This record gives sequence, structure tokens and C-alpha cells, in this order.
Amino acid sequence: MRRLRRPTGVPALARNEQSVVGSAPLSDVRDPGEGRMPQEVLQAPLVLEYPFIRTTGPVLGRFLTGLREGVVLGVKRADGTVMCPPLEYDPADASPLGELVEVQQTGTVVSWSWGGPLRDQQPFTQPVAWALIQLDGADTTMLHAVLVDGPEQMSTGMRVQTQWREAREGHITDIRGFVPCSDEPDGTSSAKPPSTVDLDTVEPVQSVRTPIRLSYSYTPGRALSQYLHAMKEKRIIGDRCGETGQVFVPPRGVSPVAGKATTETVELADVGYVESFNITRVPIATRPDLQPPYCSAWIVLDGASVGFMGLVINCEPESVRLGMRVRAVWKPDDELKISATNILGWEPTGEPDEVIADIECIGRVGPQQKGGSTS
Amino acid sequence: MKDVAMVSFAQRQEAAIPNESEVEMMIPLMEQAKDAVGLTQRDMGFTCSGSSDFLAGQAFSFVMTIDGTGPVPPISESHVEQDGAWALYEAWVKLQCEDIDTAFVYSYGKSSPGSLRDVLATQMDPYYVAPLWPDAYAIEGLAARMLLESGKVSERQLAETASRSRLNASTNPHAVRTEQKSVEEILAEPYLSDPLRPSDIGASADGGAAMVLAVGDRARSLCERPVWIRGIDHRSDAHTLGVRDLTSASSAAIAANRSGVGADRIDFAELHAPFTTSEAVLTQALGLDDSVSVNPSGGALAANTMMAAGLIRFGEVFERIVRGDGDRGVAHATSGPCLQQNLVAVLEGE
Repeated sequence: MRRLRRPTGVPALARNEQSVVGSAPLSDVRDPGEGRMPQEVLQAPLVLEYPFIRTTGPVLGRFLTGLREGVVLGVKRADGTVMCPPLEYDPADASPLGELVEVQQTGTVVSWSWGGPLRDQQPFTQPVAWALIQLDGADTTMLHAVLVDGPEQMSTGMRVQTQWREAREGHITDIRGFVPCSDEPDGTSSAKPPSTVDLDTVEPVQSVRTPIRLSYSYTPGRALSQYLHAMKEKRIIGDRCGETGQVFVPPRGVSPVAGKATTETVELADVGYVESFNITRVPIATRPDLQPPYCSAWIVLDGASVGFMGLVINCEPESVRLGMRVRAVWKPDDELKISATNILGWEPTGEPDEVIADIECIGRVGPQQKGGSTS
Repeated sequence: MKDVAMVSFAQRQEAAIPNESEVEMMIPLMEQAKDAVGLTQRDMGFTCSGSSDFLAGQAFSFVMTIDGTGPVPPISESHVEQDGAWALYEAWVKLQCEDIDTAFVYSYGKSSPGSLRDVLATQMDPYYVAPLWPDAYAIEGLAARMLLESGKVSERQLAETASRSRLNASTNPHAVRTEQKSVEEILAEPYLSDPLRPSDIGASADGGAAMVLAVGDRARSLCERPVWIRGIDHRSDAHTLGVRDLTSASSAAIAANRSGVGADRIDFAELHAPFTTSEAVLTQALGLDDSVSVNPSGGALAANTMMAAGLIRFGEVFERIVRGDGDRGVAHATSGPCLQQNLVAVLEGE
């Protein structure tokens, strides 16, 4: 495959004529005019995790402190009714609330649904019923699980009581769930009576762990799939805009200049120049492979209209400069995968620096390829 | 107040669109909506989009889709983490407030890469509810049981709604649930999330929609029959389920009243009802009587494209009025658990 290197010629440009920097139409168009070559679109598992730790504030914190100590609190509203679980404000009129009162650990199921098979994230050991539960002493409902074997054990109006976890930390899951009880009407409840714990004397809960973990099957789409496939063959491909001839890399199937789908892919050289760079001198905890100081650069490949990110390697970071010519350093052939990580970094070629004639052009989309000097 | 009209619309909904990135999925729709009225991005006074990172599993995913509009030179743009109907609302406000006469609106969602019913648990109260990971069907099931036990609706009526959706969807090329089922067949379905049956739950779809809005004479110059937004309003109920009456949607009722629903005859209403129970609550909240054809497209039960299903309701009304099926329609969009937020508009053909 021929590599593009300093192509020549002047393209007809639909736009941005005033900012013509380089030269050159793009040749080496693969599959001209026929649309993107059919190739396997990639899929990969993606797990999204957020390790959220949330501050609680005084009202939610007090409620969660109560849960840790085995008591359930509600908050008094202006009309004397009690909202449980408590909020810092009244949803009816936004007035601030703060007077917390203990409610009973028994209550009534106001509505329920059957969850079906347990979902991955749910903190239970077997399928549960979901219920809106109005605890005795409260005037609103709490959403929680009822731990029963099946929907046939559930009914609206049924009586339930808290079942606590042994180890509690101040979290809504300190209540493992609710279980049926039969204390109506005259009370043979086995639930705890109002407690005597003085919440003012215990360590208050001030934050709560609420991690999120979601699993996806991610696709990069057609254009990036093709880009990643080509990487396995040590090839770099870009997208060409049908209107302006500009070449974008990595390809996304779209020309952001025209707002149109791209229909041609172009093979680019694996050499280019540094259009901008920075040197990082502090480590990143999640990237132990990046030993500071290292140089991240915005690299414009020969034949491309935009730069893309890469590491400059095999030289002192201090020696990196604007216009420096670099080439891709690929992994050994037997380690190549369908992955952008096949490029370990970019090393100096030793060629004369690119002349960046117009500093204003740095970081802008070039009209054609960048790379002002022609051989 | 300026008269604002919908002048073009494009949509795509499929059970799954596994091979395209979001921007690849959206470009043809964007082009279609603009080409229909001969406009380019440079003609647009404002652009607003709606999408959700939690569907894509990628932070700020919408910034990549903007490339599909062609934002060179830079465009006046905004994004809502909401259904596209709210993007339309923002565009409508912008058209009222600024010296512009066109706007471009689009929204999209691909739910198939993840598990939508679990992803939706992340919209619940992060302290009290989300850590329990109640899935979306279980949450709606709580409202459904209250609705059933209050006598406001019966399981048979829900099955009738589900059956009618399937029938209406049979002539909608964008619907993904078109298999016909009788009321009896639906009632015979085992519960998926008791008391909800599979047919009570909107068919998840991937896709998106794009729309051009224009003002006054500009709208008239762009298409034969602009569809005017005569009234539009959106309201929100409290987030905490425990303080709401889940058998009604007071926010939808207020939005309907303020947008002028009930002031004149309505030919059809496209309600963003992700569940049969939602449709029952909304029909009541909007005060729609039997003379109104509800969800002639099959509605979100037939294709529930998260983040676009509301905007698609506008588009469905638009297309019906353009076709001459009627003159006035209602479009509704919802967001949040159990119809927490509701947007209602009255739409009328030129």
C-alpha cells in the first residue's frame, strides 16, 4: 500500500478558501464513491462505574445515622404530618424542614409490585417485592423491598416490619428489607419499640457511598471500527469530506465541516509533525504505564486536515518542539491487535522541522492537509 | 409572541441499531429534516438537542453528535439531558426571545447497548432509592397497582390499550412492536413485573428524530402546511414518589390547561406513554374524551425510543396534519419516574 507523503496538487474547495495552507488532493482513496467498505463492526463490553460518595447534610445524615443505630426517623411538616424518609424541604411548598421524630418500625404496604428475577445490582439474595410502605407514625411512604418468596405472599394493606442488617453503616440498605408481620389490630409486633438511643451522642453520618455500576455492549460504529481494524495492519485511515476534501482522523463517519456523512476513506501516512504538545510532570494514579515526565502531542499526519493525540517517545520531552517531524512506533507485529494501542507513541524522524507558517492555524481544521512545506 | 411552526420532521426507530455510533445514526436524519425544507445548518438560528450519557455509557456523548450538524463555523447550540421535546421547548423559547426565525431540533437514544430498565434506576433519589436498584418496571408497577386498585382503570382496559397500540402500529413503519394481539391474548400473558404484563410495557427501541422549526412567514415559505405550536407548557411533579398521588399526573393536567388543551376540538393526541398505565393516567389528566384518537401511531408502547419518543410524538402529529388527517392535535412528552415531568403542546395546521 502506498503511503501518502507530501502529496501535491490543489483541490477545489467548497469552503474556507481563504485559509488554504497546504496543497494536495488526497489520493489513495479506498473504495471511491462506493461508501464505506463492509467490515465487521466492533462490539466490546463496557462497564461504567462511578464511585460516588455523597454528602448527606443534617437531615438525611440524621436519618442515616438513625438507620445505623437501628431507628427510623421522619421529619415533621408544617401541618404536623410526618414525612418518612425525611427530606430537608417540603416538596409541597419548599419550606425548610428539620424536626426529626422517630417513627415505628412497622407499617402498611400501600402499593407493591413483583420485581421478577433479581437484577444484577440489587442488594438482595433472592427476588423481592417492591413496596411503598407507610410506617406507623408517618404520613408518606417509603420505597423499599419486601422479602417474601413470591407475589402470592403480597397484598396491598399487608403489615410489614423492618428487617435490619447486622453490620450497619448509615445507609438505606441498613434495612435489609421489610418482612410480613401480624400485629394488627392490637399489636403483637416483634418489631423494636421506639429506641432509647441518643443520636446526639453518636458519631453522625456525614456521607454515604452510592456507587453506580452499569454494563454495556459498546460499539464505536462503522467508521471507527474500520479505523481499528486497519490498526491491526499498521495502517491509519481517515475520512474524507465529500464537499471540501478535508481529511479527518480518527474517522467518525462524519465531516464536522459539512455536517454530512463521509463516504470515502483515505489511507494516511504514519508520519507527521507536532502541532502542539505539553509535558506532564505529575503521575496519574490510574495510568502507571505513563512515567512522568512524558510528552503528549497533537500530531498532524501527512495527508490529514486535523491533528490527533499521541505520545512523543524515544527522545527527551524537552527536545520536542512545534513542527518536529515524528513517525509512529508500532508494537511488534506479533502483538498487533484491533486496537489504537498498537501505536506505542511517536518518535522523531530527524527530518527538518515542518514550517508552521501561520501560527493562527494551529489547532484549527485545515482546509486540506496541513503541512505547509512541500518537498 | 411569535407564531412558531414545525416545518419538517424525520425519524428512525428500530429494535436495535447495533452497528452505528450515535452520530452515524443521526446524520441521515439531520440531513433529511434539513433537505426537506432546503435549509443547511448555516440557515439555522439555533440548534438544540436531547440525549443521555447513561444510555451511551459515555460522558458528554452529545458533544460528538454535534459534528453531525456541521458546526463550522461555530453554531448557536444547546443540549438538554432530556427528551427532545424539551429541546424543542428550548428552541421555541429561543425563537420567542431572539431575532432568529429558524431552529433545528434533534434527539436520539440507543438503549440496546445497556439494560434500560436498570439504567433508569439511576434517575431515582440517590440516597434513598437508587442504592436499592429498583428497575423501571418495578417502579411503574407500584403506580399501576394503585391505579388498578383505585378502580380508575381495569386490567382489561389496559389490555385494550395495548391491543389498540399494536393495531395502530401495524401501519406505522417506525413501530417495532407490530405483532397483533387480542385483548384476551394480552390478558393471558404472564406478568412480567406484577401487575404489568409484557404488552403493558413500551417496546424499547434505538433511534432518533430531527425537526426544523420556523417563525411566521418564514415557515410558510418553507413548506406548504406549517404546523403551528399554538400552546406549549411543561410542569414537574415532586421527585419523591412517596409524596405523590401516582394515580394522577397533576403536572400533565396543569401543562395541558396552560397549553390550551380543551379550548377547542382535538382530532388526535400523541401521548408519550411508556406504559399502558401511563396512557390511562394521561388521558384522564389531559381530559381527552372518546372523540380524540389517542396514539394513532401506536405510541411509545409500539416504539419507546428513550430521549426521542417525546419529540417523535410532535413529529407524528405534524405528519398527520400535513397529510390532512386532521387539523388540530396534542403532543405530549414525559420524563422521570411515573410521569414526573410532563410537556404538552397544542398543534394546529395552517
